[in-house]
Amino acid sequence: MAKITLIGFDGDQHVIDAEPGKSLMANALENAVPGIDADCGGACACGTCHCFVEEAWRPLTGEVEYMEESMLGMRPDRAEGSRLSCQINVTSEMDGMVVRIPEFQM
Amino acid sequence: MNQEAKIADPWAMALEDIDVSNPNLYSQDAWRPYFERLRDEAPVHYCADSDFGPYWSITRFDDIVAVDSNFKQFSSEPFIIIGDIDEDMPLRNFISMDPPEHDVQRRAVQSVVAPQNLQEMEGLIRSRVQAILDGLPVGETFNWVDHVSINLTTQMLATLFDFPFEDRAKLPYWSDLFTGTPEIAGGEFSKEERMAGLAECAEWFTRLWHERKGREGGFDLITLLQRDPKTANMIDDPMMFLGNLGLLIVGGNDTTRNSASGGVLALNENPAEYDKLRADHGLIPSMVSEVIRWQTPLMHMRRRATEDVEFQGQTIRKDDKVVMWYVSGNRDESAIKDADAFIIDRENPRHHISFGFGIHRCMGNRLAEMQLRILWEEIMSRFSFVEVVGTPQRVQSNFVRGISDLPVRVHPI
Repeated sequence: MAKITLIGFDGDQHVIDAEPGKSLMANALENAVPGIDADCGGACACGTCHCFVEEAWRPLTGEVEYMEESMLGMRPDRAEGSRLSCQINVTSEMDGMVVRIPEFQM
Repeated sequence: MNQEAKIADPWAMALEDIDVSNPNLYSQDAWRPYFERLRDEAPVHYCADSDFGPYWSITRFDDIVAVDSNFKQFSSEPFIIIGDIDEDMPLRNFISMDPPEHDVQRRAVQSVVAPQNLQEMEGLIRSRVQAILDGLPVGETFNWVDHVSINLTTQMLATLFDFPFEDRAKLPYWSDLFTGTPEIAGGEFSKEERMAGLAECAEWFTRLWHERKGREGGFDLITLLQRDPKTANMIDDPMMFLGNLGLLIVGGNDTTRNSASGGVLALNENPAEYDKLRADHGLIPSMVSEVIRWQTPLMHMRRRATEDVEFQGQTIRKDDKVVMWYVSGNRDESAIKDADAFIIDRENPRHHISFGFGIHRCMGNRLAEMQLRILWEEIMSRFSFVEVVGTPQRVQSNFVRGISDLPVRVHPI
C-alpha cells in the first residue's frame, strides 16, 4: 500500500491507502474521494479524472503519452503537473505522494 | 422520404442488408432491435449500399470509445455526420478537424462553458426557467417542446452568442437547417431552403461580428473568437466562420432541447421512476445523466479511416466511412447494466456515451447538465406531474434523436 494525499480545491485532505498496480483514479474512486469523476472509466478518453501532481513526485508518475497529452490540452486549467489520474499507475514508491484535485472536471 | 414507410423485421433479414442509416428507424422509434442484432452478431458491420453510400457501423460501447479516441486512424475530416457535405456550401468547423488545427479553434471558445463561468450563469438560467414554467397554461394541453424545451435552450443560446434577444427564434431554425437535409442525415428540409436560411445566418453573424469588433469586455462566443489571435480573422474564411457557428448553434441547441423533452417522456413511461423522483429530489443530478444516456440526442458521429485498419476481426479500408452509433453504445449490456431500463438512481450514471469520448468530447457537457438540473429542480417544486397526454412526434433524422411534439398537461402541486 502507498499512502497518497489528495487535496480538494476547498483544501480538504483525503489520505488514502492506495493499492499498487491500480491507477490513481481507480484508487480515488474506491475511496470515494470527491472531485474525480472518471466518466469514461479509465480509457484516457474523457479528461474528468484530471489532477495536479506535486512537483517532488512527478518523476515517479511516468511520462505523459500522446493521447493523454491530447486530452490535457483541452483543459483550460492545464498547469505544470497536470495529469489524468487514470494514467498514473500506483507503485509502492508513491508512499507519501501529494496530489491536488482541480476546481472542476469537464 | 416516406415517414410512414413500414419498418422491416431486423431479425428476418440477412445481416448484410441491415441499414441503420434509414431515418425512419428513428422517426418511428424502431431502432432498438436493429442495434441489438448488430451488437450481438456483427458489432463492426459493413453496409455496402445506403442513401449515404457504404459505411461501417460500430455499435458496442467499448469499440466506440476505442474509435473515438483514435484520431490518427479515424479522422474527423471532412465531416462528422453520415451524409456528405454539401459541395455548394463546403462548411468547415473544428469538430470536423483533426489536431493540431482542431485544438487551436476549440481552445479559443471552450472557456465560455468552463465551470467557473457556469457558476455565474446559474442564477440567470434559474430565473429564466422559473419564468418559463410560471407562464405555462395550466389546465390546457400544450406542446412541451415549444413551450419549454425550445424556449429554454434558445434563450441560453442567445446568451452564449450575445445574440439580439428579440430575434432569438431564428437560432433554432438555423440549427435545424444545419443538419436537416435528406443528403446529410435523412431529414426533410430541401437543399434550397437550407442554403437560403444559412445565408441569412451568415449575414446576421457577419453583422454582429463587425459591430462587436473592438468592443471592450464581453464573454460571448463571438468575442472569444475575436480575442484569440489564432481565430481573430475567422470571418475572412466564410465557410469556416459559418461552419463553426453551425457547430456551436447545433451543439447548444438540439442536444439539451431533446433531453429536456426526452426526460418528461421517460418519466411518464416509467412511473415508478417518477415516484422515486417525487420522493427524493436529490436524485435530480443522477436522473439528468440517465436522461442524457436514455435520449442520446445526437445518435452518431462519423469518422474516416486514414489507412487500412484491422479492427475486431474486420478490415476497414482506407477512406471508408466509419459511423459510431452512440445510440447503440448507450444500450450495450456489456458496458451498462440493465441498459434498456431507465433507472434514475443507477450506479455510475455518468458512464454513458452521449457526449462522445476523446478530443471531440462534448465541450458543453457541464452546461447541458446544469440547465437540465435547474429545469428539473424548478419543475419538481411546482408540478406533481407533467403528464404526457398524446403521442409524441419524432424527428426524421439519423443524427438528431429529436422530439418535435410532446402534448402534455401540467398538474401544480
